[in-house]
Amino acid sequence: MTSLPQPSGKKLGLVIDLDICVGCHACVVNCKEWNTGGYGAPLADADAYGSHPEGAWLNRIHSFEVTPANAPAQIVHFPKSCLHCEDAPCVTVCPTGASYKRSEDGIVLVEEDKCIGCGLCAWACPYGAREMDPLANVMKKCTLCVDRIYNENLAKEDQVPACVRTCPANARHFGDLGDSGSEVSKIVADRGGFDLMPEAGTRPVNKYLPPRKKTAPAASPPSVGVEELAPTGFLSWLDRALEKLG
Amino acid sequence: MHPAVSVIFFTVMSGAGFGMIAVLGLGVPMPEGTVPAFLISLLAGGLSVAGLLSSTFHLGHPERAWRAFSQWRSSWLSREGVFAVATLVAFAAYALTWMATGTRLGWLGGLAAVLSALTVHATAMIYCQLKTVPQWSQKMTPVVYLGFALASGFLLASPMATSSTLAGYGIGQIASLLVLFAWLAKLAWWSGASKATLASRGMTRESATGLGKIGKVRLLERPHSGENYLTREMAHKIGRKHASKLRMIALVIGLAVPLVLCLCVAAGFSPQGLIGLAAISMIVGLFCERWLFFAEATHSVSLYYDETR
Repeated sequence: MTSLPQPSGKKLGLVIDLDICVGCHACVVNCKEWNTGGYGAPLADADAYGSHPEGAWLNRIHSFEVTPANAPAQIVHFPKSCLHCEDAPCVTVCPTGASYKRSEDGIVLVEEDKCIGCGLCAWACPYGAREMDPLANVMKKCTLCVDRIYNENLAKEDQVPACVRTCPANARHFGDLGDSGSEVSKIVADRGGFDLMPEAGTRPVNKYLPPRKKTAPAASPPSVGVEELAPTGFLSWLDRALEKLG
Repeated sequence: MHPAVSVIFFTVMSGAGFGMIAVLGLGVPMPEGTVPAFLISLLAGGLSVAGLLSSTFHLGHPERAWRAFSQWRSSWLSREGVFAVATLVAFAAYALTWMATGTRLGWLGGLAAVLSALTVHATAMIYCQLKTVPQWSQKMTPVVYLGFALASGFLLASPMATSSTLAGYGIGQIASLLVLFAWLAKLAWWSGASKATLASRGMTRESATGLGKIGKVRLLERPHSGENYLTREMAHKIGRKHASKLRMIALVIGLAVPLVLCLCVAAGFSPQGLIGLAAISMIVGLFCERWLFFAEATHSVSLYYDETR
């Protein structure tokens, strides 16, 4: 059923720290690696070894330049994946019931055997979180590694999404954002976590932490130039002689 | 947005087909006999079915298309499928009794007309519901789709009419008014679309990244060096380059030519050939109009890819 379910209060999601992310793309690669062998059809590439390789990815990192009014520009690496929205427009537009949101934890998933590949859910998503698989022709999206987080065959520390597990800078956090006492909720409250494009009315579960304030540069920067010394002796005479030549 | 040929063909042709079903169902006088009844019904039903079939060509899994009838409670795309089939069933019953008995059942025709209007409305709502594409999410979108379906359906059906008057009004006058009304709605839509930018809905690169509190945001680097599904499907720019020329072509072929032909009929010329020509011309014009509907639309994903106008 593609109507949104009654929420259970549990809202699993990610918290992504834009202050820490170094843009190494390790989360992107590990996401691809895990999801090409896990849940559903493999996450395919087309023309992988050709001149125009492309494929379906569930997580991509954009890099933005932000220029404050009176400070130098700064670079922000910006990982983007499904935000598991509470008012997920991708779910309600689905004509077949393939796209659904789980009531027990809020994860948005695609039942691939029911997907007709019409692409309407990707049009409805403001964030570009859904991509059509170029070989399986079904819609692909972040599953929040639903096949890891509840998988008791994995070691405890591996029962988190692949992107979170792999991040070398600890810029990604996973937890229950519906529980105000959870570790992730506390980080969001402390750091002023925000929603992407709130005006789209999707109420995303995933939150982003803003880059911390940079130290302001000094008002008059110390001079690094070499001061010019007045010439003396022979150089002084040469200087005057050359001046006379006009 | 990417203008898929199958979807352009579908929305124009099935729009005209469902419009024609509505016009026939509302009882426009048609020639006597089984063969004309068959051929006229075949044209109306055939256009609708051809359009619906072509719409399945852009699906990744056409063999699962039947599943799309299940989610009518929440999905406009599903509702469109349900209404389309209901319209075709009602119209098939109408056409069969017409062929068998020579009588056109008013109540059944009326039902087919209402259902075909609901089908076209559902098609328009698929686009109108998308907050991600401000140009589409205007109140005028369904009005434009309904206007074009009715006008093109009337132009297709009326050359076959046995009487050159309907309820005391000339067919030429009615056709001119329908064409004019549909295009006035489209002009209002274009005017609305020019104001409906992403920024007008508060969607900017600053809000999309949440970095607006720090300063002005610019894309430095895409996530990948090649194209992807999102850039091809949603950050599509082809066709915008010639937008104003295509708009003129759509207005000349879709509006001016059919309108002049219909006015000639209103002035007393024989309707058969002229309105038939007007129908063909308008449908070609609508292909241009529909191409622009997709090609000019800007999706909020383009904010992450630096492809906004």
